[in-house]
Amino acid sequence: MNSEITIKLPRCKGCGICVAFCPKQVLAVDELGKVMVVNADACIACGQCELRCPDYAIFVDKKVKA
Amino acid sequence: MERSFEKYFRQNRLPHLWCPGCGNGIVMKAIVQAIEKKGLDQDKTVIVSGIGCSSRASGYMDFDTLHTAHGRAIPFATGIKLANPELNVIVITGDGDCTAIGGNHFIHGCRRNVDLTVVLFNNSIYGMTGGQASPMTPTHKKATTAPYGAIDRNFDACRLAEAAGATYVARSTAFHVQHLTDMIAGGIDNKGFSFVEAICQCPTSFGRKNKMADPAKMMMWMRDNAVMKAAWDKLPDDKKTEEKFPIGLFYNESETDYATAYNEVIQIAGGADK
Amino acid sequence: MSKARLMQGNEACVEGALAAGVRFFGGYPITPSTEVAEGMAKLLPTVGGKFVQMEDEIASMGVVLGASLAGKKAVTASSGPGISLKQELIGYAAAAEIPVVIVNVQRVGPSTGQPTAPSQGDVMQARWGTHGDHPMIALSPWSVREAFDTAVMAVNYSERFRTPVILLMDEIVGHLREKVELPEASAIEIYPRRKPTCSRAEGYEPFTPDKDLVPNTANFGEGYHIHVTGLIHDDTGFPIGSPKITREVTKRLHEKIDIARDEITHVEEYFMDDAEYAVVAFGGTARTAYEAVANARKKGIKVGMVRLITIWPFADKAIKKIAEKVKGILVAELNYGQLVGEVERVVAGKCPVELCAKYDMTIFEPAEIEAGIDELVAGGKA
Ligand SMILES: Cc1ncc(C[n+]2csc(CCOP(=O)(O)OP(=O)(O)O)c2C)c(N)n1
Ligand code: SF4
Ligand code: SF4
Ligand code: SF4
Ligand SMILES: [Mg+2]
Repeated sequence: MNSEITIKLPRCKGCGICVAFCPKQVLAVDELGKVMVVNADACIACGQCELRCPDYAIFVDKKVKA
Repeated sequence: MERSFEKYFRQNRLPHLWCPGCGNGIVMKAIVQAIEKKGLDQDKTVIVSGIGCSSRASGYMDFDTLHTAHGRAIPFATGIKLANPELNVIVITGDGDCTAIGGNHFIHGCRRNVDLTVVLFNNSIYGMTGGQASPMTPTHKKATTAPYGAIDRNFDACRLAEAAGATYVARSTAFHVQHLTDMIAGGIDNKGFSFVEAICQCPTSFGRKNKMADPAKMMMWMRDNAVMKAAWDKLPDDKKTEEKFPIGLFYNESETDYATAYNEVIQIAGGADK
Repeated sequence: MSKARLMQGNEACVEGALAAGVRFFGGYPITPSTEVAEGMAKLLPTVGGKFVQMEDEIASMGVVLGASLAGKKAVTASSGPGISLKQELIGYAAAAEIPVVIVNVQRVGPSTGQPTAPSQGDVMQARWGTHGDHPMIALSPWSVREAFDTAVMAVNYSERFRTPVILLMDEIVGHLREKVELPEASAIEIYPRRKPTCSRAEGYEPFTPDKDLVPNTANFGEGYHIHVTGLIHDDTGFPIGSPKITREVTKRLHEKIDIARDEITHVEEYFMDDAEYAVVAFGGTARTAYEAVANARKKGIKVGMVRLITIWPFADKAIKKIAEKVKGILVAELNYGQLVGEVERVVAGKCPVELCAKYDMTIFEPAEIEAGIDELVAGGKA
């Protein structure tokens, strides 16, 4: 895992924008219409999801190596 | 890590009321990031909006905010700026708000060159009232009041602004977020009437009617059809197909802004020290 | 007293507004109000204020509301068609509680009507021009000096009650030239802009009413981060879809004016001590009515005059009192009959109420009102 994905779930409306723009298929929208991380390891911390989320619900930080 | 732009939002008013995938949230974030980039004093910045889905943005933003009447944001903003020129005044308006009911105020705001930054959320539709055609709905696109496709010709608000005398004119899209932020920041820098058209998606009222209900697809359409100005200028006319449109800074000219010009009037009239 | 100057009602209104602290004007030219805009264009920059000619009357109304929110006392002026255009934003001022003064130098209507001719046909528009339930204050001067005084009063009331105030002039007074002595600045009482009583940290809410039911809303730029909207809002300023708040806010908007009604309802009486009949008039028409009453007195008719300076809120108390002592009331107004309905409502059958109406673009002749008095006396209760 190169990244830390933070989700502010109450803000997410399940629009799927982050899912569509994620280059690594890390994300999906669940049954309840909320974003979920399905493949955390694939995340390259490109920030596309955060950049495009209209609801400021998802944030990605690069993991600083300890 | 908590993002620094969060301080520009009224946290107790989020999540906002816009539909899933609505582009307004993206443009609103671009505005506060431009404000942050330019280091504007939060206490000395006023957000003024009209009426429409987009104009609801003012309520979410943690500044002095004014949600005016449909089409009238620019006159209110003009009054604020002239009454207290030390305030930074940013106007949020919709395509209907700005170019239909507020069209006259828009061109005269441009002409006066009042130091305002106007961001037009262009979703090509009357979103709030459920999808009626606006003066910026592209010809042939569908709306509830144009069920067979619009026959009206649509405004190019950027060309309108430039012709009317705005001293900074730019366009970007909800897809090009960082570019959009830069365009708005440039508008804040310009001391005069700055106009930024932000093309954004309304999946609910425009998308569904026009076979593009998926907000991500609408953003991909922006990605695929927006052409940076420099490239656009070199594009042969036959490549400028109907869907393609230019983005970027179209016009920037330094002209005396209205408040500065009026200060000279006060000087002449002898009221400077009053 | 400073020395006497010859001036027009419209000019006196400009002087009064400036004396009351107005530093911003936005307008659009229209006869017979144009001299107000012209006077403002000339004088405002001499005191460091600003004048802006807008693209229409809607914009004029918007720009003054913006200026007021940013802390400047602001005025706009217009007539007939322009006042009609301003209505939506007059309602905005009432709902968002923004101090502002709208000068209406009335002309004959409806529509373009008779642009240069006098009328008092906007009495009901002043009260009910914008949609929805809302309070209104409207003042109407009868002389050039009073144009000055009511302009000061209008600005003060707009600030004190945080509400739009209409200065309901008419062409008669607007274009009347009289020699007037204006008071020294020191003799003029000015109601200052209300100020927040606590800080943001202490939980400031911009629309929490003070004891007089009026909120102490901050100006933009003072660090309070207030939100102002034309939607029904609670004390925080944010819209809320609650029946309770909607009811309470609507009630408070009315009550803040109602509880001060006695104080702001200015009425003057002439020859009323022994009067058996009364003429009710206001504005320019009251000048003629006064002459008519004086003439009737010479003929031995015990008639007096009641002049309304405050048109809205209506002078219920004063009119009720008069209805109890006279045998009949004549309402003289330069329209098809507007104020008379209010008089009838208050009099409620206690005495006959007759209308002396004129709506032909000319002002009353004293003889016309005298004829009205004669008829009233002939037909009134014994
Ligand atoms: C005077 C007036 N006319 C009509 C309306 C109804 N109305 C509210 S929003 C709106 C259209 C908004 O469209 P736009 O400006 O494009 O904003 P959007 O909702 O798309 O963001 C209309 C017609 C109104 N509020 N006021
Ligand atoms: S883009 Fe934002 S709101 Fe939409 S699904 Fe992803 S996290 Fe949720
Ligand atoms: S940071 Fe990039 S790779 Fe990681 S989830 Fe977001 S879009 Fe996908
Ligand atoms: S109707 Fe359109 S513009 Fe309005 S919130 Fe929904 S998606 Fe956004
Ligand atoms: Mg729209």
